[in-house]
Amino acid sequence: MSLGTFLELRQELLLIAAALLVLIAEIFSDTDKKRNTSRLSVILLGIVTIAGFFPVPSGELFGGMYITSGVRVLMKNILNIGALLVFIQSVTWVKKEEHNDKASEYFLLLISTLVGMDFMISAGHFIMFYIGLELATIPVAALAAFDRYTNKSAEAGIKLILSSSLSSAILLYGLSMIYGTTGSLYFSAIAPLVSGSNIQILGFIFFFSGMAFKISIVPFHLWTADVYEGAPVSITSYLSVISKGAAVFTLIIILFTVFPVIIGTWQKTIYITSILTMTIGNLFAIRQQNLKRFLAFSSISQAGYILLGFMGGNQLGMATVIYYVLIYIFSNLGAFGVVTAISNATGKENMDDYNGLYHTNPKLSLVMMLSLFSLAGIPPVAGFFGKFFLFAAAAQQGFYLLVIIAVLNTIIALYYYLLVMKAMFINKSETPIEYFKSDFSTRIALGICVAGVVVTGFASVIFEMIRDLSFGI
Amino acid sequence: MDILTLFVVIPVLTITGIILVKDTRQVKLVSAVGMGLQLIMAGVLLFLYISARHAGDTAEMMFVKDVVWFSSLNIHYTVGVDGISVAMICLTALVVFAGIFASWEVEFLRKEFFISLILLSAGVFGFFISIDLFTMFLFYELAVIPMYILIGIWGSGPKEYAAMKLTLMLMGASALILVGILGIYFNSAPGGGQLTFNILEISKVTIPMSAQRMFFPLTFVGFGVLGALFPFHTWSPDGHSSAPTAVSMLHAGVLMKLGGYGAFRVAIFLMPEAAKELSWIFIILTSISVVYGAFGAIVQKDLKYINAYSSVSHCGLVLFAILMMNQTAMTGAIIQMISHGLMTALFFALIGMIYGRTHTRMINEMGGLMKVIPFLSVCYVIAGLASLGLPGFSGFVAEMTIFVGAFQHPEMFYRIVTIVAASSIVITAVYILRVIAILLLGPVNNEHHEHLTDAKWFEKVSVITLICFIALIGLAPFGLSSMIGSSLQPIVTKILALNPF
Repeated sequence: MSLGTFLELRQELLLIAAALLVLIAEIFSDTDKKRNTSRLSVILLGIVTIAGFFPVPSGELFGGMYITSGVRVLMKNILNIGALLVFIQSVTWVKKEEHNDKASEYFLLLISTLVGMDFMISAGHFIMFYIGLELATIPVAALAAFDRYTNKSAEAGIKLILSSSLSSAILLYGLSMIYGTTGSLYFSAIAPLVSGSNIQILGFIFFFSGMAFKISIVPFHLWTADVYEGAPVSITSYLSVISKGAAVFTLIIILFTVFPVIIGTWQKTIYITSILTMTIGNLFAIRQQNLKRFLAFSSISQAGYILLGFMGGNQLGMATVIYYVLIYIFSNLGAFGVVTAISNATGKENMDDYNGLYHTNPKLSLVMMLSLFSLAGIPPVAGFFGKFFLFAAAAQQGFYLLVIIAVLNTIIALYYYLLVMKAMFINKSETPIEYFKSDFSTRIALGICVAGVVVTGFASVIFEMIRDLSFGI
Repeated sequence: MDILTLFVVIPVLTITGIILVKDTRQVKLVSAVGMGLQLIMAGVLLFLYISARHAGDTAEMMFVKDVVWFSSLNIHYTVGVDGISVAMICLTALVVFAGIFASWEVEFLRKEFFISLILLSAGVFGFFISIDLFTMFLFYELAVIPMYILIGIWGSGPKEYAAMKLTLMLMGASALILVGILGIYFNSAPGGGQLTFNILEISKVTIPMSAQRMFFPLTFVGFGVLGALFPFHTWSPDGHSSAPTAVSMLHAGVLMKLGGYGAFRVAIFLMPEAAKELSWIFIILTSISVVYGAFGAIVQKDLKYINAYSSVSHCGLVLFAILMMNQTAMTGAIIQMISHGLMTALFFALIGMIYGRTHTRMINEMGGLMKVIPFLSVCYVIAGLASLGLPGFSGFVAEMTIFVGAFQHPEMFYRIVTIVAASSIVITAVYILRVIAILLLGPVNNEHHEHLTDAKWFEKVSVITLICFIALIGLAPFGLSSMIGSSLQPIVTKILALNPF
């Protein structure tokens, strides 16, 4: 291996080094000072994130098993930023008495999922992709069961591991069909041999279903709400943003590079599933009282909008998907950050508990407002731009009916986001959540989210940069 | 910085000022100064515009400023004004200014109230100066969303229901507009070439008829919802009656005009062929708005509901006139927008002031107010007379022009519909005079109302400003109508060139 190889692999290698350092630090730290590993983890991930932005050569490694290019590096950077935000948000939570002894495991497992996601994105071979996928999923199941003495958390862990292994099995079955018809698992070798024969279509559908589990696309979403509710809030936000984002990135790369020939098939598939995902996610979100479940269903519907960007199959489509995921990271983590802060301080997670929040905690309410507006696509925050471009990508190919259904869905979504607004700003409460001062790390994380939500939209340079790196079929 | 961008920057600076001041008393002052400055700027803009036209500048849009925003989608921040937008900007500045004074006594969360109110006005100003569809749409949504908070927190009656209904219906409308805009964008270069969001450039090409048939109804209905197009007007009575005074003023006075302006500038101007083909459907709907709104106002007992239904009727008339697609009717439509904006703002301001004193808006619980609060009562009579189209006020000029223009349409169907719509003038007189008779004349029938105090200084500022301009337009309409007429020229020429009557 030459130095160049190291450079091309630097994001993965640095993450592995960070994981090992956390492990070593754990051994050498006293029992009382374990929380130092949380600070160390944040700093290490920060370094990895920054290092990811330095330009490196693109190319293939290990005989084409590993591919790196500008857009892949960008995707990894976006995931790193999101993960860093989750890390910062969870510092307070990890510091708590009952979690303190497991602090370094928490960060260790999260870093290893990031390694898995990076390999997934950079895969040039289906085995590499599959290993990355499992590495990105299994640690999260352990983390979902982090509060293992509470029933709900244990249930969440079991549900996640069972459903994800089922989906992996389906996915592998699909891949075996692809392998059977093409005789290879290299992306570059499969692509010219995909002809759209029946068995290939079947294999593709199985593959897509497996991925749909990870992105929680309807009808493969049933695990989502229970897992999101049972898992600790920081893991829920990680699952709903980072895991989902990684799966979306991988899916769009594989669809664009491996299956461009059967674009007609996957456009139809996505057409139907995106309508189902948006509509069902939205309709279920209306009835939710628990804010974690609420955000879970809202994130299902968001996945439906993201699928709109796939429809184009062109450079604009990929750019809008990446751009929207970036915005989604900031807005969803902003919302989850507020829920985490309030849950840490008071243990309250229901919508009724938020009545009159603006009068006691105005700043948190405003952060929540901006994040929800961004999720709903209201200007001037970034979600508006993200949604507009996604819809434009679908409209460009003439899918106007799909766009109309999607925009009508944004109205349903607006309704339930406004319900939260109503609770915070309009409703009055006998026992509002008392004023509390968030600690430093929470404020930093929320500050970054707000800055991201406000700036990502107006600063057209971000979108243009993403678009320049993206590719189409 | 160009003069038009200032119209968005001043509200933003005012909001920053409001956030920075500590004392809530200063909030009012900062808002008044900011919006006063905005009013002065509107006057300066009007002056600059007229003098440039006199100097012989015949460009379709003036003071154009173009900045590339998202280059890959060819989205620009483009602003520019013609006579119509200048008139609308002046109207907005006036109503916002009056609105600030009408809400002088808001106590609860005062800072947040003025921030939301001014944010709303920033959206409206931005909408009127935009000539790029993307920017226009952005400002449109920016103007709608503060309404939810404004009505939800400071409203009265079933305010949460009304706020939710209004917001969802208007955002639903904007969803239709979004699809319409995307459709226009992707058909803006039928011969190949660069797609564009710029209204002026799109107006130079002919969008394919198949696309027009699909996107004209979407765009027109989308903007029509905001202009209270039947059967999508139902947000208006609930929203207006629950909103606090200044918000009703701004909403009925200005925000509903976004609908008329957008339907005219985007739907009709860019897709005239489909507009001509499909206008009969919308003519029927708008005439229902006009007549039904007026009848609706007759049976209401709540002052705000009466005025809200009357707004449905008057704004329906705007859309009705635009669809007639000739110079006279369209000029009438624009004058009607301005005139109705001023009139209805005056109405809502007065209703708010009366309600603040009597604590009821039910007309049968009041009577003889002329004896106790003569100033407000006389102003109410003036507003009423202007609304029913008495010569000398702006309403007469507007409605006269509209009906004369509409009757010029050569086809019999349109003439018959015009006659039907014109009947609203009579119905309007019925409900206006009925309210004046019950509310203001006769004996004082409620002993609590015998010792009310008349208008305070800030209320007088608000009311007199509006009355002056209503009378000004009514007595000297030619300045306004020639300014509008010359700006309509290129639009009408485009329509006539394509569809010779």
